[in-house]
Amino acid sequence: MAKKLMKGCEAIGEAAIRAGCKLFFGYPITPQNEIPEYLSHRLPQVGGTFVQAESEVAASNMIYGAAGAGERVFTSSSSPGISLMQEAVSYLAGAELPAVLVNIMRAGPGLGGILPSQADYLQATKGGGHGDYNVIVLAPWSVQEAADLVADAFDLADYYRNPVYILGDGLIGQMMEPVEFREDRKPVREIPPKTWASTGWKGDRPRAVVNSLYLDADTLEKHNRDLQEKYHRIRRDEVRYQGYGLDQDYDVLLVAYGTVARVCLTAMEELRDQGIQVAILRPVTLFPFPYDALANAAAKAKAVLVVELSAGQMLQDVQLAVHGSRPVHFHGRTGGNLVTPEEAASKVREVLDGRSEEVRHA
Amino acid sequence: MPSQAQAVFRYPEALREVTTHYCPGCTHGVIHRLVAEVLDELGVRQRTVGVAPVGCAVLAYNYFATDMQEASHGRAPAVATGIKRARPDLIVFTYQGDGDLASIGMSEILHCANRGEKVTVVFVNNAIYGMTGGQMAPTTMPGQVTTTSPLGRDVGLAGEPIRMAELISTLHTPGFIARGAVHQPLLAVRTKDLLRRAFRYQVEGRCFSMVEILSTCPTNWGLPPHEACDWLEKHMVPYYPLGVFKTPEGGDRASRPL
Amino acid sequence: MQYDMIIAGFGGQGALLIGKMLAYAGMHQGKEVSWLPSYGPEMRGGTANCTVVVSDRPVGSPVIKSPRALLALNLPSLDKFEDSVRADGVILVNTSMVNRDPRRTDVKVVKVAANDIANGLGNPRGANMVALGAFVGATGVVDMKEVESLVRETFSRKPALVEVNLKAVRAGFEAAVGTAPAVAEASQSNANG
Repeated sequence: MAKKLMKGCEAIGEAAIRAGCKLFFGYPITPQNEIPEYLSHRLPQVGGTFVQAESEVAASNMIYGAAGAGERVFTSSSSPGISLMQEAVSYLAGAELPAVLVNIMRAGPGLGGILPSQADYLQATKGGGHGDYNVIVLAPWSVQEAADLVADAFDLADYYRNPVYILGDGLIGQMMEPVEFREDRKPVREIPPKTWASTGWKGDRPRAVVNSLYLDADTLEKHNRDLQEKYHRIRRDEVRYQGYGLDQDYDVLLVAYGTVARVCLTAMEELRDQGIQVAILRPVTLFPFPYDALANAAAKAKAVLVVELSAGQMLQDVQLAVHGSRPVHFHGRTGGNLVTPEEAASKVREVLDGRSEEVRHA
Repeated sequence: MPSQAQAVFRYPEALREVTTHYCPGCTHGVIHRLVAEVLDELGVRQRTVGVAPVGCAVLAYNYFATDMQEASHGRAPAVATGIKRARPDLIVFTYQGDGDLASIGMSEILHCANRGEKVTVVFVNNAIYGMTGGQMAPTTMPGQVTTTSPLGRDVGLAGEPIRMAELISTLHTPGFIARGAVHQPLLAVRTKDLLRRAFRYQVEGRCFSMVEILSTCPTNWGLPPHEACDWLEKHMVPYYPLGVFKTPEGGDRASRPL
Repeated sequence: MQYDMIIAGFGGQGALLIGKMLAYAGMHQGKEVSWLPSYGPEMRGGTANCTVVVSDRPVGSPVIKSPRALLALNLPSLDKFEDSVRADGVILVNTSMVNRDPRRTDVKVVKVAANDIANGLGNPRGANMVALGAFVGATGVVDMKEVESLVRETFSRKPALVEVNLKAVRAGFEAAVGTAPAVAEASQSNANG
């Protein structure tokens, strides 16, 4: 199929349909409205169903019901709406239901603003709702990658029976770039039949009960052990990242995800022209986080610089990975302000000439 | 069993032969049975998915012999919407109490009804939060003592009890909305008829349906079961009148002329 | 090489559409492109702008602080972005809506009265197409023939509008062409940008 120029939001919607998802439940919130708008006309064309729910709370629980009935389903929202969905995300994780949730992050806290942000990193990667659970978190840096990762997200959700986030900033949602939907795409995992789904009990399989309630402590502890074992497999098998310039010598390792990594890439080229060697490690999965790859890449650098559209959230994971072996510096913008390549490059120069202060605690 | 013997009373197929956790004298058990009998009679048990609430009926998934989902508090109508939209061929019902449906889940039930989702809601109203230990519900009667209204419900502060069947029947979207009770055998028979009609509307793909069923809570009302039935008759029935409030054929309750 | 630009104007002047058409044209020529709008309340009636990048390599930052070219459809846009344009870049001013000259002396300034030209063509709503043609003429960022085929595509459902809008883009192009260095020359002085 030829390349099409599409907004990130629209590409995400189209990618979901091509992944076999015929069900969308959502609620309007800027800056992701183009996802429900696109699907409200596109889903009926493919025999699918679009429901504008009364709230994000309801939308996310509709996801729960539809996922429990064995169908591919997704929703999208932006930060304040994603907070409202945390109830359902915890239940989805507890009941081990596959669902894809797209968060086009905007600046917070509270109502915050509608401009781009990456300040939901901790909410997404550390659970977000109540209880011990994790959600697989995929962070695209381009419209093409957003489309590709949406397809992967459905496979991963089904394979692990776990919710998956697509975590993008407002730029990913609003930006237009060429995108190509590959017809020959293969699933990233072989997906077993959904014999656990509640589809009507005819006696030919155990009765399906979609549930996260375990009143007996030992039973619930076993359930938690099983969940942790699953998260362990995810950590072992699903880490994704990309490196830029890692095979050359470099003084500073930049760590950034999403569109910020592209800003860093442009900064890297500017710095190279000035004779300053840097490399970039871009986590593609934020959970599981590429701790080992990061530790190895940091070992070659004099210092590590984390760049985020937040006050320093992924920074915590980078510090865990680097474990004090290298000084870690941070540059973040909040409120919807963006990091420019010039800013990132100038921070690198400050790190190298001692004007930047190492982050001791995050 | 000798060959001459004939079973005259048995478990409905849609009800599992397990001991329930409900308190002695509670009418949840009767309501479960009525729902199960209707599912059997309509022949839809094998394609039914029930949604259990948070509240006394939280374990309903252990009792109905159908596929089940357990919803978070108040969200059963949203979960049912998800199931029904995903699989319109399934018969989907929620089983909810008054705290679940009329308080935390008010938004979900109203919008589910207003979208005209082809699902059936079994709404058990016992005027109190049972599972959490007898707190005031939106349906608690004026002056009724609960653990969070120790001096009786003060309608000046807490408002009057919410009449859900009446409220939902004001929606313009077609639906079947009725209120029954099970504290007397004849009423139970009539309520079963309401449930049958409610499920039949869904089977025919006609409309949203909800049957509110007045129920006792002897434990949290602090009354022996037979007195709880009397209390319900005396205090609840006058405020929560029984009957059909709305049918898809008949439109809404007529207003009185000016 | 990479060419990046900011297109800015009042909401309704067509800044976002002009940017999209430039991105489309670039894509059709086999370039890597990105189009990034300002979004939010300013979409509704205030100033709207978008950043477009057309590049031979995958686009790095879609956020551009110092663009090579600016299309200022109105005065607030010139006020806001004039200082950000790179030295040796291009500022195209729609003099129909801007009553001052740019102060910058280190950039190539091109002045086109887009609304007046459109009015003269009897197509007052075609000012955005005049501006698009003028921008292509001033910068050479994409081929005019791609732009023309895009105009045909964009208005294919309203055939009556195809010819008048083609006229508009060509008029804009003619008014601006030859007034600024072509992209190829500009890019050689900044080969690694």
